[in-house]
Amino acid sequence: MSLIRLQNISRRYQMGAETIHALREVSLEIDRGEYVAIMGPSGSGKSTLMNLVGCLDTPSSGSYELNGVNTSEMDDNQLAGIRNREIGFVFQTFNLLPRANALRNVELPLIYAGLSNEERKTMALDALTQVGLADRIHHKPNELSGGQRQRVAVARALVTNPSIILADEPTGNLDSRTGEEIMALFETLSRKGNTLIVVTHEEEVARHARRILRIRDGLIASDEKTEKKSGVDAVLAVL
Amino acid sequence: MNFFTEVKEGLFIAWDAIRANKLRSILTTLGIVIGVVTVTLMGTAIDGLNRAFLRSVSMLGADVLYLSRTSWFIDSYEEWLKVRDRRDITLAQVRELEKQMTLARAIAPFVDARRPVKYKNRNSSSVVVIGTTEQFQFTSGSVVGQGRFLTAEEADGGRPVCVVGSEVATNLFQQGPALGNKIKVGQQVFEVVGVLEKQGNFLGHFNLDNQVIIPVKQFLGGIWHDPDFEVQVKVIDVKQLEDAKEELRGIMRKIRRVPPGKEDDFAINQQESFISTFNRVAGTIATVGLFITGLSLFVGGIGIMNIMFVSVAERTREIGVRKAIGAKRRTILIQFLIEAASICLLGGVLALAIAWPVTFLIGKFLPATLSLTVAGIALLVSILTGVISGFFPAWRAARMNPVDALRNE
Repeated sequence: MSLIRLQNISRRYQMGAETIHALREVSLEIDRGEYVAIMGPSGSGKSTLMNLVGCLDTPSSGSYELNGVNTSEMDDNQLAGIRNREIGFVFQTFNLLPRANALRNVELPLIYAGLSNEERKTMALDALTQVGLADRIHHKPNELSGGQRQRVAVARALVTNPSIILADEPTGNLDSRTGEEIMALFETLSRKGNTLIVVTHEEEVARHARRILRIRDGLIASDEKTEKKSGVDAVLAVL
Repeated sequence: MNFFTEVKEGLFIAWDAIRANKLRSILTTLGIVIGVVTVTLMGTAIDGLNRAFLRSVSMLGADVLYLSRTSWFIDSYEEWLKVRDRRDITLAQVRELEKQMTLARAIAPFVDARRPVKYKNRNSSSVVVIGTTEQFQFTSGSVVGQGRFLTAEEADGGRPVCVVGSEVATNLFQQGPALGNKIKVGQQVFEVVGVLEKQGNFLGHFNLDNQVIIPVKQFLGGIWHDPDFEVQVKVIDVKQLEDAKEELRGIMRKIRRVPPGKEDDFAINQQESFISTFNRVAGTIATVGLFITGLSLFVGGIGIMNIMFVSVAERTREIGVRKAIGAKRRTILIQFLIEAASICLLGGVLALAIAWPVTFLIGKFLPATLSLTVAGIALLVSILTGVISGFFPAWRAARMNPVDALRNE
């Protein structure tokens, strides 16, 4: 069974008198453990697709099953629960809480999950160790470099052990070298069995994925598997 | 996430946000501080006023009836027109009353006038001279400090003796002994047989220590020939106050020959009527006073609401992130409510710290203290103000769409 199953998903926005069709009858399946890049120019509907997959938004029509649960009819609070348990977000601008240190930022989803203080500490420390920041846990975001900040954000996404890690232009605010480091981190996470979806407009970034979806005018224009090997080699070459 | 963790987390975030915007928080808090200070002080002052009044009024004695030609409180001009032509109460009527009354422990006639009082070359220009009998000691509850009160014989015989208030004694004799000295009241000479204990004043005006008590016959002879008497009737048992009042009324109607069916041509006053009148007035003052000071708290609340809207707008992105990683509406709502309540609570605490010393100042004029109850209410009101004014901004934050919130720059 697919982890993600979108059936005839449409999303329309009302802009004054005009109706904008951001997505038109899109159907898509993604299996557990896949590493998918979603590409497309701005206005193509890729952000809308990402918002829907991430349960930040609900479709105008069609159905979305995540992990066997139909989420298209859920209300705000139920979606918040799903996001908390099933999805880890990584944003282009990191979106860390500026006054909280790395450990606390990573703990945040666990606080909302209702875990005890000790459990939270252990899990957050574990996640930060996975991204290689075990020695920076008491640093605040402004005491960290861009790459380190994004790694904290990745740790925050990882910490609940979600079904999907959803990254929106994760390297958009990083220089190319740091960007590559983040992509290498994603590679490692993918190998560990995490399901990764990366939204990007950079071919460089998309090349790391095993599958590339190209979106144009609210439709999936192409869906292709990539040469797995080259991606890994490229990463290893950088490292 | 359970409610307790939500509140704990909310407090943590609130403290963080307040610290991050110190100046803004202080300025916002100022509105609440002023509001709570004024409301607290007003409450304390009103409380003090009530206590001062009750303390004064207790001198009237709950078990004493005050018979007089007119009521203490004349509410209208019409009423005054009705009562002004009533006949005086004479000493003969008082004597008759004394004979007939069965439920009274003591009955004292009472007349007073202001006269200068002299001792050698010292004089007190305006002293209240009271003409009464030995019974006055019981009806008024006066306590003799030195010497003794008038005796029945002195009162009946109209002997030239007097009992003086503590202030009169100090004024005329200074440190010297008062007893046995002869003082001049009006044109007559009286021997001082007793000095009263200090009593203070009544409602802040009427000085009870500036008086000279003389036998009523002396009063009629030398000061005022045919005055209108007041009669103080102390009942045997306070539980029989109403019965005694009826008896007094019946006897007086008989003595004054009021035909059946006609209204009384006299009035029976008591402490209670004083208190109820005062409560009516004080209640109005308290309502108006608290309303006006409450307005300043309201203005403070508007300030909180305003700043919370700013806070929500500034942190739209943070709200988006929190929602994206699993914060429910309720969690966000509680977070901002707690932030508003914390600012206000801080204001409340500061306000109490300011109001507390000020109540000592008020305490110099009124028996007012900042009670634990008032302090508790003040803090509760602060928190409530925060929750109420914070609700709308917090609600707006809680309902934010995470997609839009995240897109916010």
